Amino acid sequence: MKYAMLIYEPSARFDARRDQPGDGEFWAPWREYHKALVDAGVYAGGSPLDPPDTTATTIRVRGGQRHVQDGPFADTKEQLGGFILFELPSLDEAIAWAARCPAAHYGTVEVRPIADLTHIFGPEHGLGS
Amino acid sequence: MHEVRRTVEQVARVSYARLVSYLAARSRDVASAEDALSEAFAAALRTWPADGVPSKPEAWLLHAARRRLIDQARLARTRSLNADGLRQLLAEAEDLSTAHAFPDERLKLLFVCAHPAIDARVHTPLMLQVVLGLEAADIAAAFLTPAATMGQRLTRAKAKIRDTRIAFEVPDGAELAPRLFAVLEAIYAAYAFGWDHVAGADDALGGLSKEALWLARTVMELMPQEAEALGLLALLCYCEARRPARRTADGAYVPMSEQDPARWDAELSAQAEHALRLAAKLGQPGRFQLEAAVQSAHMERLRHGTAQWADIAVLYEGLVRIAPTLGALLGRAAAVAEAQGPAAGLALLETIDPELAAQHQPYWAVRAHLLQALGREHEAQLALHEALRLTEDAAVRSFLTQRIPQP
Repeated sequence: MKYAMLIYEPSARFDARRDQPGDGEFWAPWREYHKALVDAGVYAGGSPLDPPDTTATTIRVRGGQRHVQDGPFADTKEQLGGFILFELPSLDEAIAWAARCPAAHYGTVEVRPIADLTHIFGPEHGLGS
Repeated sequence: MHEVRRTVEQVARVSYARLVSYLAARSRDVASAEDALSEAFAAALRTWPADGVPSKPEAWLLHAARRRLIDQARLARTRSLNADGLRQLLAEAEDLSTAHAFPDERLKLLFVCAHPAIDARVHTPLMLQVVLGLEAADIAAAFLTPAATMGQRLTRAKAKIRDTRIAFEVPDGAELAPRLFAVLEAIYAAYAFGWDHVAGADDALGGLSKEALWLARTVMELMPQEAEALGLLALLCYCEARRPARRTADGAYVPMSEQDPARWDAELSAQAEHALRLAAKLGQPGRFQLEAAVQSAHMERLRHGTAQWADIAVLYEGLVRIAPTLGALLGRAAAVAEAQGPAAGLALLETIDPELAAQHQPYWAVRAHLLQALGREHEAQLALHEALRLTEDAAVRSFLTQRIPQP
């Protein structure tokens, strides 16, 4: 079964990461974490996202009108900073991997099962786990 | 027919938890396991009168429930179809009809009910419904919650167990202690609920205490090496031992210090003593063992005068250090008041966060008692009125009212 881990980080964190070298100390825990996920065979994709306050754009279409706005969906202290997909047999294991995520120690991570919609769209769409 | 019904009821009482745990651990879907089992019980009531009671009623029920579970899963084209679990069910089916016992998965189910991913408010109701088979309406009544609200919470919790695929397993390593604590705490909450509402008006509530005691015994039997499981059992046995002395013959409330030790249940009190001794040997002190030790010391004090208030104050001090609950803070203040005088007790009482205590009846009762001992009669009366405002229990109300001077 697939789980998504949504990673919420404080804005200071987005600022700090901008100029960090990829092989430096800042990213070391993330490199280790990613390697551990891949080695365990549970990594099923994911990506960091650019900082919300400078790069996010929200779009709503209402009554045929397109409303495009600068900034993230919700102005909260912690913002979505990336996501990772796990392939795991239980929520308990997803929680265990989430607890090892570096962001769980300074931000908040949320674990959700990927909605399985294969019974609606059929297996060829690849929607679900 | 009556005899069949009695047999079915007996199997339900003895084996319900084991049957539902076994099924749920395989389907990983509590609601469908409950449905399948209740259909199996209904089928038993239909067919046993004519066909006779099978030689292994549990195996028969399990077989019937398993078949329904597999049929259901085949019909539902969602991921609740837990292929591995169902294959296991099929593979085990043959063994079950011959084996004496089927695997005991009750512990796994208890850990699922008190899982951290489940709303903590639902832990106790979920255990009562899923493990003990209590009706949602009775649980709602016990928790003074509208039936619809309770029903929704239970349904939502079960859907989360199924949809997020919570594991049916006993946690190990560093996870075990906090997870076990959550299980024990949920059982304790069930007991406390029955205890607080033992007004005599409602049997369902007194019954809750008995069910909680049964759960505590079950956990202790399944995890005899866990000191806190023994501690909780000891605590509940001590409290239960005192139950007969908590009311006079005409139902009036009797505070512990005025109870007649001769009316305490000697058997339960001996069981408590035994469990607490076993726990102490394991060398893992914890909250429930300390709470049990407090009860033990109180009872020794009243029985033989061997334990002193100062000893009880020391135990509460330890309790406050590891679990500064309102009850522990209050108990410490009351014990210190007895050991060192009401002023010392009141000083401790005043360190309790007023916001935390404002809606807690025992806080105001203790406060009134200490203020009265200090001769601060006017403030004592105000506290008594607060205490009265916060209790519905007629016996406790009349006890408190007696302390208010009549004009």
